[in-house]
Amino acid sequence: MQNAVEDPRVLEFDVRTDEMLVNMGPQHPSTHGVLRLVLRTDGEVVSEVTPHIGYLHRCAEKIGENLAVRQWIPYTDRMDYLAAMNMNLGWSLAVEKLHDYAPPERGRHLRVVIAELGRIASHLVGMGAYGLDLGSFSPFLYAFRERERVLDLFEQACGARLTYSYLTPGGATADLPPGWTDRCLKFLEDFEPIIAEYHALLTSNAIFVKRTCGVGVLTGDRAISYGTSGPVLRGSGVDFDLRRDGDACYTRMYDGYEFDVVVERDGTYAAPPGTPGVPGDAVLGDSWHRFYVRMLEVVQSISLVRQGVAKYEAEDDLDHGQPFKLGAKLPPGEVYLETECPRGQMGFYLVSLGQANPWRARARSSSFCNLSIIGEIGRGCLIADIPAIVGSLDIVMGEIDR
Amino acid sequence: MQYDVEAPARLQERFADSIVRVVAAAEDSMSEPFVEVIPDAWADIAAVLRDDEAFRFDYLNDLCVVDYCANEKKTAKAVGDERLEVVYHLSSVSRKRQLTVKATLSRWADADAQTPPGLPSVAHLWATAEWHECEAYDLSGVEFIGHPNLRRILCPEDWVGHPLRKDYQMPLEYHGIRGR
Repeated sequence: MQNAVEDPRVLEFDVRTDEMLVNMGPQHPSTHGVLRLVLRTDGEVVSEVTPHIGYLHRCAEKIGENLAVRQWIPYTDRMDYLAAMNMNLGWSLAVEKLHDYAPPERGRHLRVVIAELGRIASHLVGMGAYGLDLGSFSPFLYAFRERERVLDLFEQACGARLTYSYLTPGGATADLPPGWTDRCLKFLEDFEPIIAEYHALLTSNAIFVKRTCGVGVLTGDRAISYGTSGPVLRGSGVDFDLRRDGDACYTRMYDGYEFDVVVERDGTYAAPPGTPGVPGDAVLGDSWHRFYVRMLEVVQSISLVRQGVAKYEAEDDLDHGQPFKLGAKLPPGEVYLETECPRGQMGFYLVSLGQANPWRARARSSSFCNLSIIGEIGRGCLIADIPAIVGSLDIVMGEIDR
Repeated sequence: MQYDVEAPARLQERFADSIVRVVAAAEDSMSEPFVEVIPDAWADIAAVLRDDEAFRFDYLNDLCVVDYCANEKKTAKAVGDERLEVVYHLSSVSRKRQLTVKATLSRWADADAQTPPGLPSVAHLWATAEWHECEAYDLSGVEFIGHPNLRRILCPEDWVGHPLRKDYQMPLEYHGIRGR
């Protein structure tokens, strides 16, 4: 009996393979922290991805129930430690929403400047580490060189370089020191032309494009169903950004600011001149789009910081917002507020029964939802694509495990 | 994003028997409005909330559990009846509206055996709920009926108890590691 193979591709892939379970992590460098992925593989093809999380779990929500609201700020630092300023801001705004309080104008502009600088620093790590995941070492060094200068600015403002506890319910712990805004503008001036180098190194790099285009495609409907947010949601073509569409308590911070929500509209992005366009192989919602949205958001943040600095300096009233008294009792009630952090929508839910401590302090993590799609978009791809997908989600385990 | 002020009334019209109460935004405090539903009817209401043109709540922002159990005498009055509240924060990406839905459960289905109370799962409607229900089960002890794979997601699989319960006691020892 003769087995005729008509299609040559069938012959090529008709190799006898066994199903195998591969453990990736928790110490694998490209899983961005202590994330363990169990891959069910058949040859090079992954048929199932099972994430195991919880290695960093310290039940921060329980800790929050036993502390005054201001005392929980350092714990929010340690959730998303790459964007700690934005975490501080989220919890501060939730507490302020419960008090029906808005900081003075100077404090509002200070917060915009700080939050957008935090976004730049966070996206720089996301960009650099993504290059590292795909085997390109140098973007990581360049990204950290620039991030270092943002950290220097933060250090001058609050004394810390990673876990700031700077923005706090009521305002900020201190005003910006003299000369800070000049140094900030100098940094932006130096930083803006460098973005073209990143585009040359990664965005339009042939290897990078091959590794990311069409890999891990997430459709807009699934992105919404999975509750993804931030660049992951916008990379799938969903036009949604809390800075524009969020709760009034959050969007009023950006009143008078001009910025674009970075998302693909009619097949193109509103990118500044000189930015490489979308490669032909890219599919909306793939890893390349997620990365690209992040890169363009950095440009928007630069513009927001510039606007913020100008508004901050023009303000005559020097009050930047005094922190709330530490042991003061909270008004009874419950509020939920989400803010647009670099990684997505970080929500804080605060239930108060009128004591100094919250009855319930809940943190809704953006990375938690963003990671939950890995089981779906990781199915059917090659093992080598798994780091490319996980990297494009830009997760931080401290926030997932809380 | 604003609270959908019409949705609660529309829900009440449609599910008169399944809505426990509709609470409007408080005027004297910053408390947010919410709708409380009967737990057994939750899956049906959720399906309508997601799919009906009038609601279109396609995005589940958050799912969490609040445990009301007075652990000290001074809080007893503010806490009121012992109960668990499961809170769903929904929003509509297209309509830019949000809605909060709550379901109240007894703290234990069987207090002596410490069996967690049950609530219909909505993981088939919003994929977000799949992990969040695991988290709520793990930390707060609510059994989501119909969930595809309800497991401990943050704590180790052999962990005992639900840490976010107010009467939770930290274990003295876990695999030879001192607890407190």
